[in-house]
Amino acid sequence: MEILKKISAGLQQGDDKKVFTLTSQAIQEKIPPKEILEKALIGGMKIVGEKFKIHEIFLPDVLLAAKAMSAGMRLLEPFFIKEGIPTLGKVVIGTVQGDLHDIGKNLVSVMLTGAGFEVIDLGSNVTPEKFIETAKQENAPVIGMSALLTTTMPVMGSVVELLKQEGLNGRIKTIVGGAPVSEEFAQKIGADAYGYDSTNAVESVKKLLNKT
Amino acid sequence: MREIIEIPKNDVIPDADDVLKAQGIPPGKAPSGNIKALVERTMGLFSQSCEPAGIISEISIPEFEVVYQGQGLNEKETPLDEIFVKADSLCLFAVTLGQKVTQKIDELFKADDYALGSMLDSAASIGADKTADNVEIAFLNLLSQKEKITPETGITRYSPGYCGWHMSGQKKLFEFLHPEEIGISLLNSFLMKPLKSISGVMVVGKKEIFVFEDSYSFCSGCETRSCRERIRALFKESRTNNEKGTV
Repeated sequence: MEILKKISAGLQQGDDKKVFTLTSQAIQEKIPPKEILEKALIGGMKIVGEKFKIHEIFLPDVLLAAKAMSAGMRLLEPFFIKEGIPTLGKVVIGTVQGDLHDIGKNLVSVMLTGAGFEVIDLGSNVTPEKFIETAKQENAPVIGMSALLTTTMPVMGSVVELLKQEGLNGRIKTIVGGAPVSEEFAQKIGADAYGYDSTNAVESVKKLLNKT
Repeated sequence: MREIIEIPKNDVIPDADDVLKAQGIPPGKAPSGNIKALVERTMGLFSQSCEPAGIISEISIPEFEVVYQGQGLNEKETPLDEIFVKADSLCLFAVTLGQKVTQKIDELFKADDYALGSMLDSAASIGADKTADNVEIAFLNLLSQKEKITPETGITRYSPGYCGWHMSGQKKLFEFLHPEEIGISLLNSFLMKPLKSISGVMVVGKKEIFVFEDSYSFCSGCETRSCRERIRALFKESRTNNEKGTV
């Protein structure tokens, strides 16, 4: 459908006003909200992610597209109240205990939402117990952890360890990221995945959940 | 010697190219119209919201030993542990960009303005480093007036939370320095409020004392390895503000 392509194009240009207007028009034209969401918004974000991966566009472009997606989502959300917004799965995310730096975590959160995941954002200074408790309550299969300070990185290991102790390490997967965090560190603590940036984190979560 | 350092706003405004680099845009790559517009808005918001301030306090080696030990949670061996005992001068410092800029970043994210929020965050991080550069220069000027600087003198900053100096070291640092006087408070998690603040110690001494191998146990977990470029910068003939920073 032409209008869905236009919404996707507007999203790729980071034009939130255009996306808002066109999404509104698509709703008036009785296009099913699920189709608008999946084909125009999530589809558009997927292209944005691919362009970012090959350095055709850069982080600010991706974030402008994410804002445009939010503009469209605001109009679609009321249609999903009964059955909930269709998602690829739930991810519990937060900056680990002792750390208040949340920009990186926020970016991952935005990108996961844009890719179609439901994100439960616990904010910053999150204890290992809180991560696990929330994942259990929400039946979320992934916990994402961020840290900026080298001294708070060990908290990520505590979460992995606690999951093992509770016998949940197979059911709840973990992904870690943040400026001082490395693939090597992720392996050392036994995390299931490492995201070196926000778009890579989305790909890693998709792999963890076999959604690629 | 303890001083509040006045820092003009203009001295901490980041270069647009540095902000672009921090946002992952390679040097030399022409930014799109959208990004150019964002940079312009970011610079405007930064100028409106930043309120730079700094405080320094000279400290003796035995006094710093107590501050550095903090609550006894540091890594067993650290570069700072080996360096500060060889220093000619030590000076605790704290700088902040104020609460307004952090508030603005939060507001932008809440309003789904992720691109502007993220870019302002990058600008503020660079601005905070530039604020610390300013107090470093102020301290060097004070030492220079006392004729304590030679061509062999180098200066490097270290902060709790990095390179094996545990975050809990902030408590003793705050007890000695009292940065509350410039509006910085310490949270229970040992992070500072406002978030765009930096604290630590400036170590002044012969350049050679700053050289170390990045082979400490915690180095393997560090992705940035920014210590390398800072050591290299010490041995360059002329240093620019961008080459300095806190380890």
